[in-house]
Amino acid sequence: MALIKDSSPAWLVLADGQVFRGRSFGVKGTVIGEVVFTTGMTGYQETLTDPSYFGQIVTQTFPLIGNYGVNSQDFESAQSYVSGYIVREWCNAPSNFRSEDSIDHFLKRLNIIGLWGIDTRRLTRTLREAGVMNGAITTEDPAANMDSLLSEIRAYAVRNAVASVTGTEVRTYTPENAKYRVVLLDFGYKRYIRKSLMNRGCEVIVVPANTTAEEIREIAPDGIMLSNGPGDPAENTQIIENLREIAKLGIPMFGICLGHQLMALAMGAKTEKLKYGHRGANQPVIDLVSGKTYVTSQNHGYAVVGESLDTAVGAVSHNNANDKTCEGIRYTAVNCFTVQFHPEAHGGPLDTAYLFDDFTSRMDAYKEEK
Amino acid sequence: MPLRSDIKKVLVIGSGPIVIGQAAEFDYAGAQACRALKQEGLEVVLINSNPATIMTDKAMADHIYIEPLTLDTVKRVIEIEKPDSVLSTLGGQTGLTLSMQLAAEGFLDSHNVKLLGADPETIHKAEDRQAFKDTMEKIGEPCIPSKVVETVEDAVEFAKVIDYPVIVRPAFTLGGTGGGIANNEEELRDISTNGLRLSPITQVLIEKCISGWKEIEFEVIRDRKGNVITVCSMENFDPVGVHTGDSIVIAPAVTLSDREYQMLRTASLNIISELKVEGGCNCQFALHPESMEYAVIEVNPRVSRSSALASKATGYPIAKVATRIAIGYTLDEIINAVTGKTYACFEPALDYVVIKFPKWAFDKFVYAKRTLGTQMKATGEVMAIGTSFEQAMMKAVRSTELGVDSMNMKKFEEMSVEELLGHLKKGVEDERSFEVFALLKKGVSIEKIHEITLIDEWFLDKLLNLVELEQWLAEGELTEDKYLTAKQYGYLDSTIERMSGQKCPTHRHAVYKMVDTCAGEFKAETPYFYSTYDEENEARQFIDRTEKGKKKVIVFGSGPIRIGQGIEFVYCSVHCVWTLKELGYEAVICNNNPETVSTDFDTGDRLYFDPLTPEDVDNIIATEQPYGVVVQFGGQTAIKLTRHLADSGVNILGTSADSIDAAEDRERFDELLEQCGIPRPEGFTVMTTEEAVKVADKLGYPVLLRPSYVLGGQNMIIAHSDQDVVEYMDIITSHMIANPVLIDKYMMGTEVEVDAICDGKDFLIPGIMEHVERAGVHSGDSISVYPAQNLSKRIRETIVEYTRRLSLALNVVGLVNIQYVVYQGEVYVIEVNPRSSRTVPYISKVTGIPMVDIATKIKFGATLKELGYESGLYPEGDYVAVKVPVFSFEKLQDVDTMLGPEMKSTGECLGIGHSFEDALLKGLVAAGYDLKREGGVLISVRDSEKREMVPIADKFSRMGFDLYATSGTASYLNRNMIATNTVRKISEGSPNTIDLLESGKIHYMISTSAKGRMPARDSVKMRRKSIERSICSLTAVDTANALANVLLSGRSMDDVKLVDITKI
Repeated sequence: MALIKDSSPAWLVLADGQVFRGRSFGVKGTVIGEVVFTTGMTGYQETLTDPSYFGQIVTQTFPLIGNYGVNSQDFESAQSYVSGYIVREWCNAPSNFRSEDSIDHFLKRLNIIGLWGIDTRRLTRTLREAGVMNGAITTEDPAANMDSLLSEIRAYAVRNAVASVTGTEVRTYTPENAKYRVVLLDFGYKRYIRKSLMNRGCEVIVVPANTTAEEIREIAPDGIMLSNGPGDPAENTQIIENLREIAKLGIPMFGICLGHQLMALAMGAKTEKLKYGHRGANQPVIDLVSGKTYVTSQNHGYAVVGESLDTAVGAVSHNNANDKTCEGIRYTAVNCFTVQFHPEAHGGPLDTAYLFDDFTSRMDAYKEEK
Repeated sequence: MPLRSDIKKVLVIGSGPIVIGQAAEFDYAGAQACRALKQEGLEVVLINSNPATIMTDKAMADHIYIEPLTLDTVKRVIEIEKPDSVLSTLGGQTGLTLSMQLAAEGFLDSHNVKLLGADPETIHKAEDRQAFKDTMEKIGEPCIPSKVVETVEDAVEFAKVIDYPVIVRPAFTLGGTGGGIANNEEELRDISTNGLRLSPITQVLIEKCISGWKEIEFEVIRDRKGNVITVCSMENFDPVGVHTGDSIVIAPAVTLSDREYQMLRTASLNIISELKVEGGCNCQFALHPESMEYAVIEVNPRVSRSSALASKATGYPIAKVATRIAIGYTLDEIINAVTGKTYACFEPALDYVVIKFPKWAFDKFVYAKRTLGTQMKATGEVMAIGTSFEQAMMKAVRSTELGVDSMNMKKFEEMSVEELLGHLKKGVEDERSFEVFALLKKGVSIEKIHEITLIDEWFLDKLLNLVELEQWLAEGELTEDKYLTAKQYGYLDSTIERMSGQKCPTHRHAVYKMVDTCAGEFKAETPYFYSTYDEENEARQFIDRTEKGKKKVIVFGSGPIRIGQGIEFVYCSVHCVWTLKELGYEAVICNNNPETVSTDFDTGDRLYFDPLTPEDVDNIIATEQPYGVVVQFGGQTAIKLTRHLADSGVNILGTSADSIDAAEDRERFDELLEQCGIPRPEGFTVMTTEEAVKVADKLGYPVLLRPSYVLGGQNMIIAHSDQDVVEYMDIITSHMIANPVLIDKYMMGTEVEVDAICDGKDFLIPGIMEHVERAGVHSGDSISVYPAQNLSKRIRETIVEYTRRLSLALNVVGLVNIQYVVYQGEVYVIEVNPRSSRTVPYISKVTGIPMVDIATKIKFGATLKELGYESGLYPEGDYVAVKVPVFSFEKLQDVDTMLGPEMKSTGECLGIGHSFEDALLKGLVAAGYDLKREGGVLISVRDSEKREMVPIADKFSRMGFDLYATSGTASYLNRNMIATNTVRKISEGSPNTIDLLESGKIHYMISTSAKGRMPARDSVKMRRKSIERSICSLTAVDTANALANVLLSGRSMDDVKLVDITKI
C-alpha cells in the first residue's frame, strides 16, 4: 500500500504516440529504447542482467515482479544493460531466504529507470499487433514537449550493441580437474553459459568479441563457444568475417542465440527481424532429428532464415513449434552446431542442458583425433 | 503419430458419487475425455454410478451404464460391450483402481482390451509406498526420509540420521492417536514409548518433520514420444501439513526464484519421465523455506482436482490433451484450442494470478472438528483470477459465499489479540486466513504471525496491504484515486462506502481481460474472461469483433459445490447453455467453480470467471448488454440475484422475481396456498427464543425449526421438547441475525417430490418420486424412488392436481420443484422451489425427458404442446430408478451420522432395475453398502421406534443374523419373541457397544436416537465408531427396513441385468 500512496508518476511514450501513465520506481529521468516484452514468470533478475537486452526497455507480462527479491548469486552479468524496465506491480516486501534486496533498490543501484502500475497486457497486445516499437520512459510529464520526444524516440536505434557489452580483456576461469579448454567468444555472454561449461570440466577462456582466428589458434582450445548477445546480428560484419576463419580451424564450435545467428551469417545464410521476437521461458522447440519437443528459454528479436542456409553447408536441426522459425543448425561443412534458444537457461527451463554434453562429446572426439 | 488405428471402441470409467476428495472435477475430466474421443469418431462406452453428471448424458457417449462401480459390474460391461480399450486415468482414484484391478487379474488381456493412459507398472510405482520410494531413489529425487521401527532405541538411532524434529506415527491407531512431533531425543523417547505401547503391532514410523515447508505442486504432461511439459505450478498459502485440497492455493507459484522453480520443474519432468506416464500427472513437493532442500510428497499419475484447477487457471485443457495422448497423439500434434495457433507442447504463461479458496461444510456441521490436516474436508472450491494477489483474494472470498465481502469476520474482530493468538496456536482451522487478517488489523506483526503459522511472509504482507487499504479508506476524503485503488484491490462499491463512510465519488465498471494461455504473446480467440480495473475491455472488443447479430443470454452458475448445492446445478446450467446455443442465442456463462464443465471455456459462447454478487454481475451485464438472463438453473446462488436483477430492470427469463419471492416469503406463500385450497403443516414465524417455545407448545411436539431462506436444510432441526427448541434457537440466531425462524408442525408421513415444467398454461410432471424415509429426513438424504411405489391413485391424482394449481398460481415459466408429505391419507405441501432441483438430472435420465432443454425453450416462448408434451403426469416407464445418497462421514470427524432434516450427503448414486428391490440393490451397492448376508446386527433405537423395529429385527433374525441391542431395545425385542443379546451402553463399562463394534462381529448397525449432534452422546459415539470400522450404519428405520427387504429378496448383483440408459 505504501507503494501506491508514496509513488510519483512516470510515463511510457510509444513511437506511435500512445502514452501510458503509471508510477515511477528505480531512478528518475528519461530513457529511450526498443520496447519489448518477456513472458517469463520467474527469472526477472536474470532478465535484468542478461546483456542481450542491451538498448531495450523490457516489459514483464507477469504482473507481480520482485516477489523473491534480488540476490548476489543469480546475476547473469555484472550489471544490467536494459534501458528501462516496466512491470505491473513490484514487491516491496520480497520473501525468499536468498533475497538481499528489493528490486527497486536494485534498479536504483544500477541506475535504471523503471515504470510500474500500467496495464502491461494492453502494452503487450500493442507490441504484438504493431511489432516491437521504440519508446521512452520518463518521469517528467511528456505532454509539454511531446513532439520533440516523439521524434527522438522515432530516431532511436540499437547500435554498436556487441561492442557495448563485450569484455575487453581475456579472462580465464579454471574449475578443479579441468578436462577441456574452451574459448568463449563474448558477445555479451550470460554467466550461466560459462558455468554450464565449467560444471562439465571445461576451463573457460573468455575472449573479446573481436578475437581473431589466429588469436584463438594460439590458445589451442578443445572447443569454441559462441555466446549470446544483443542487437542486429548483421551489423557485426568484422565478427562475421572472423567467424568464417575461426570455423576453418576445425575446432568444435557451439553457438547460442546471437552466436547462432552470427555463425549462420558467416556461413552465408540470412537473418531477419521478427515482428515482436521470442522472449520467455515457454517456447517449444522441435528437434528435427529426434522428433522430440523441448521447452526452452528464449530472448531474441532476430532469427536465421532457415531456407537461406546452403544445404551443402548444414541443415536446420531445430524449429520453433509455434511459428516454425529456425531454432538450430547442424553444420556439415564445419565442426559446429548452434541453437537460437538458451540451453544454459537461467532463467528458464533446463530441458536442453544436454546440448552442453553434446559439445563436450564433440570435444572428446576432437581431442582423440588430435 | 496420429490416432492409433487399433482403437475403435473405448470404455471410460467415471469416478462415481461425489464425496469429499473426489468431486465434480472428474465429471469435467470425464466429459472432456468423452468429447475428445467422440470427436475422433470413436465409439464410447461409459460407466458411472453418478446420475447427476454431465458425462452420463446421452450426448456424451454411445452406451451409458449408470451402474455400480464395482469390479464385477465393470467386467460385465466389458463382456456386453466388448470395447477394445479402456481409459483409466480420467475417473479419479476410483477409475484408476478399477482399471488396475482389471489389468492385474489378466481380465483385460483375456478379453483383448488395451489399457490406455497408464500401465500397471506406472501406477504401482506411483502408488505403492516402497516402490515409489525406490523409484525416486533411483532417479535421485528425495522423498521424506522415514523408517518403521519397533523399539525406542531404533527410533533414537534413526532420528540421529535424519535430524530433529521428527514425527512419530504409530501404526494402526486411528486418527494418529499416540503420535506427535519430537524436537529432541528426550521428547522422542517419551512419544515413541507411548506410541509403541498404543500400536497394536508395536510399530511406529519415524519421519522427518517437514511441517512449515512450502508446499508446491506442478501439473505435468507427457506423451508417448517422451515429450514433457509443465502446465502450471501452484503454491499453497498454507505450508505443508494442511491437505492441498483444504489449502488456499495460488497459481503460479509466487515465492520461488527461478532457480527454485526450475529445480522443482525439472524434478517433475524427471518423475513423469521415469514413471512413463502418458497423459497428465500431478507432482507435489515440499520445499524447505530456508534452503534448496526439497522432498517429493506425492505423485498422482492421472488427472486430479489439481489438474482441473490448473486447466482453468491457465486455459490449458489437461483432460482433453491427456485423452488425445492416450489414443495416440503427441503433444506437438495437438493444437492449443485457446490460440488456435500454438501447440499443446508449449507451457502456458500467465499474466494474472489465480487463487483457489476451499469451501467447507462447517456451517452445516456445527459440531464437526474444524481442524485441518492430512485428511481433506472441503466439499468444493472457488477460483478467482486477478491482476494482483489482493484482487484475486477479495474475489475468492466473495465467491465462497461465506456472508462476508472482505477478509473481516465479525467473530474475529470481537476477539482480543491474546484470544486470537491463543486460538491460532492450537492448530489450523478453516477460517485461519480471516483470523490472520484480524490479527494484522489489530497491529500484530507479520513476524509474530509467521512464527506461529509458518505462512510465508509474502502472503502475510499481501494481507497487510488489504489491511492498510482499509485503514486508508477509513481516513480522509474518498478521492477518485483512492476509489480506483480500492477497486483494483478487489473491493465492491458497497464495501468501499461502508469502510469509508462516504459515497463513492464515481462508479467504474470492471473491464475484462482474456485468459489466453500465452500472456498476450499470441492472438487468441478464446472467449474466457475475468474482470479487473484497467483501461482496455477485451470482452467488449471480442463481442464487437464476433458480432453475429444474435441475442445474448447470460446463465448464472451455482458457485462452489457444497452440501445441498452440488453438481446437479452444473448439469442444469450446462444444459441450458447448450439449448440456448441450439436456439440461436449467444449463451454466456458466469460462474466461479473451477471443478466443473460449466467453466470450460468452450461450453458457452463466452465464459466470465468471476464472483456472483450483484455488483460483479452488474459489471458483466454492462459489458454484455444481454437480451436476458437465466437464474433458474444456478441453485440458490443464482436465485439470490433475482431481486437485484429485477430491480435494475434486467430481463429475467422464465419465472419472475415476484413469483420466486411468493414461494420463498412465508406470508405470501401461505396466502397462495389458501387461494389454491392446498393444505400445509401448520406453522408460524418467530424471532425470539421465548416466542419459539410458546409457538412450539401450541403446535404440539414434534416441531420443525428452520431459518427462513434455507439451503439444503441448513440449520434445520426437529425438536421434541422445549429444551431442544432453546438449544437450537441459540445456534440458529448466532448464525443468522435478524432472520426470522419458521416453526412448523412436524408430520411424520411419506415424503413425495415432484419436478414439473410449466409454460404458464400447461404443465408436465415427468415423474413422481417417493422417498423411502418418511418426512423428517432431508429430501437430499433420502432414498428416492421413481416411480412412486406406494401411493394410491387418489393420492397421485391429488399430487398432480396440486402441482397444476401451484405452477399456474405461481406463474411458473420453466421448472418447479415441489415437496409433499402424505400424512394419514392427506397430501400437504412442504416446500415449493420455482427453480431447478437436485433431482432434475436423474429424473431426466430415467424418463428420457430433457427437462432443462424443454424448460429453456419454454422461457423463449415455446409451449409444451408445441414440443409434443401433454399436460399432466407423463406415463411411467418400464424401469424403477432408485437414487441413494452418499455421505462423506469418514472424512468429517465428530459429525453425527444420524439423518435428519439437515442435509448431510455429498453425492448420490442411481440404481436402475425392473423391480424396486433390484433397483435398490444396485443403488445400495453403488453407494458402497457391503450387503453381507450373515453376521451380527446391533440395534439401538429410540423408544418411539421400538415397536416398528420388531418386524425389521424379525427379518434379520429369520435370515440368520445374530441380533444385539442395548438394554431397552433388547428387552423390547425379546418381549416380542425375537432373540436378542443385550449389550452394555458405553457408560455401563466394558464390554459395551463400542467393544462389540470393535470386535468385528457386527455387519449392520441400526441406530436412532431422540437426540444427536453432540459428539459426547453415546449414540453419536456408536455411530462414529461404526463409520471408523466401516460398519454399515443405518440411522432411519425405513432405510433399515428397505435394506432388510433387499436382503430378503435373496437377489445379488449377478441376478440383475445391467441397463444401457441410451436404450431406455
